[in-house]
Amino acid sequence: MPIISYREAIRQALAEELQRDPNVVVLGEEVAQFHGAYKVTEGLLEKFGPKRIVDTPISEAGFVGLGIGASMLGIRPVIELMFWSFYSVCFDQILNNAANIRYMSGGLIHCPIVIRGPANGGTNVGATHSHTPENICASHPGVKVVCPATAYDAKGLLKSAIRDNDPVLFMENTILYGDKGEVPEGEYLIPLGLADIKRPGTDLTIVAHGRAVINSLAAAQLLEQEHDISVEVVDLRSIRPLDEETVLASVRKTHRVLLVEESKPFCGVGAQLAYMIQDRAFDDLDAPIKRVSSIDAPAIYSPAMEMEQLPDPQRILRAAIELLR
Amino acid sequence: MAEKNDQDGVKAADYGGAPVNARLSAARKIELYRTMVCIRRFEERSLRAYQAKKIGGFLHLYTGQEAVAVGCCSLMEKSDHLITAYRDHGHAIAVGMDIRALMAELYGKATGCSKGKGGSMHFFDPSRNFWGGHGIVGGQIPLGAGIAYALKYQGVPGACLAFMGDGAVNQGAVHETYNLAALWQLPVVFVIENNGYSMGTSQARSSSGELAKRAEGYGMDWGVCNGHDLYEVRAAMEKFLALARDQSKPSVVEIITYRYRGHSVADPDNTYRSKAEIEEYRRTKDPIQVFQAALVAEGVLDEARAAQIDAEVRAETDLAADFAEASPFPAVADITKDVYWEEDNPDQKKSQGRIFFD
Repeated sequence: MPIISYREAIRQALAEELQRDPNVVVLGEEVAQFHGAYKVTEGLLEKFGPKRIVDTPISEAGFVGLGIGASMLGIRPVIELMFWSFYSVCFDQILNNAANIRYMSGGLIHCPIVIRGPANGGTNVGATHSHTPENICASHPGVKVVCPATAYDAKGLLKSAIRDNDPVLFMENTILYGDKGEVPEGEYLIPLGLADIKRPGTDLTIVAHGRAVINSLAAAQLLEQEHDISVEVVDLRSIRPLDEETVLASVRKTHRVLLVEESKPFCGVGAQLAYMIQDRAFDDLDAPIKRVSSIDAPAIYSPAMEMEQLPDPQRILRAAIELLR
Repeated sequence: MAEKNDQDGVKAADYGGAPVNARLSAARKIELYRTMVCIRRFEERSLRAYQAKKIGGFLHLYTGQEAVAVGCCSLMEKSDHLITAYRDHGHAIAVGMDIRALMAELYGKATGCSKGKGGSMHFFDPSRNFWGGHGIVGGQIPLGAGIAYALKYQGVPGACLAFMGDGAVNQGAVHETYNLAALWQLPVVFVIENNGYSMGTSQARSSSGELAKRAEGYGMDWGVCNGHDLYEVRAAMEKFLALARDQSKPSVVEIITYRYRGHSVADPDNTYRSKAEIEEYRRTKDPIQVFQAALVAEGVLDEARAAQIDAEVRAETDLAADFAEASPFPAVADITKDVYWEEDNPDQKKSQGRIFFD
């Protein structure tokens, strides 16, 4: 099976959907002539031309709102945000217009738009460019939120997102763009709302999404090798819809849960999961649920300290050992 | 264009003679007149319902501005589209929406045009190319450009009328959209309905320079016209719609108008303008009176017919209120419908997992 990067997997998904549906159009800052700020869209302009791959001015509220309006008439825009952090300057368009227009029209309108781009810290760009807004976005009924961790998942989920008739907010990760993984040649789709057990185990369940999955897998490896602890890693892949059943099945198997996410802890995805698990699997728990997330402050610039602020395999490992003590 | 003296002795252009108006049939003129009266009576009836506590939240009335929506919408062809802000009742009626469904929406009933989920500010009817009804000032303008973008992308004819109030012109989203529309030559006409006040702040206290002239900064055509004379609105708008439809050129048109009521019914309307100002407009520029006088002068309408139309429309708005009153509220189970297309179309659902939470 070919081994390609997370970036290439996203590019393949875009190319295949552009090929498949003439209503798919890619818009964003630097997506065409510049080949993408992170080179995700490299080569697409040459293949599909300027009508399908559209450079926009730096004007997120304008072009995201434009995409929403176009989607109401059946265009399927895939909008790139250079950073998801810039959602703050188009918040009204995404979370008032895209999220609410179906509802406020009593179901007369739907909005098949995908907004994608990286949402992560760890690149020393400071607090304004390091937001991970999956929790904030997912708290708005009307949108779907997806956070792929691997090349395989990124491709299969993005293709599903583009074909989805609801607005999908697709959150990638600049640190993962170069990570390689097996991606089959033929077409495949991964449904939104289906978690994936990235590593089976029996002693502890770690639930994570995005790059926290990769760090959790590294921690699980160390826990196995150094502490003889068998960890099951559940990758949510999609935040909304959320695959609660896969999480609960794992909890019922291991009876211990560690929730790992890159976001800040307050009102994070883990808070929702912790509530859900205690509500539905209280008697299966042998220990209190624990969480690992970013240290609760704006993202620090200092490269050495940003590594400390974000969850890393060592911090996950320590939390796991404490939980199993 | 011929000129005539109006009742105050001020020279006013005779826009009735403009080709776009001269080709209107008598029946069509009566229909436009009736639509304006319908907006007026609908708003008055809805205000009574609001005062009787049948309607919650905001209620932004369109009285005084009728010729703007009716004039603009009367120029729309089947392929043209419209989007507007929260003072949307006039546009909804002008595109032909059923006033029973509109009144029921105000009442929060399941028979409302948005099933009671949108309210006064959120009327929609995609079957009439009416894309709302939007609550956030200026927030609908990027969507309007997106509608125009879709028309151009798909290579289909038509233009989008994107309405905003004078209060919207200072919003960033509006300026971002001006730039995109001009850059990509989108078939959109941005219509500023300037009723003089952004809520309680006059134009002089909120906006620098001429509102429509800002289009020049983006290389767009622009114009200004009066909004009390339906004929003038049509004569002015025709050119800009043609620019959009035929040459895919965006433009900005400012239509000078006036609202008789406060910003919303919650606005006591006694702090920022005088009653005399309102009365002066009513006396000299009431859009229904102006159009009625024109039609009477043309021999298209007489006092008896006007009175008959008024009585018919009043009865229709009363029936709409009766319909709204008799209609059921949405059920609790309806609260989570119309959120996601996929949940509303389970036979075509591809995603899994839980989508609503507790």
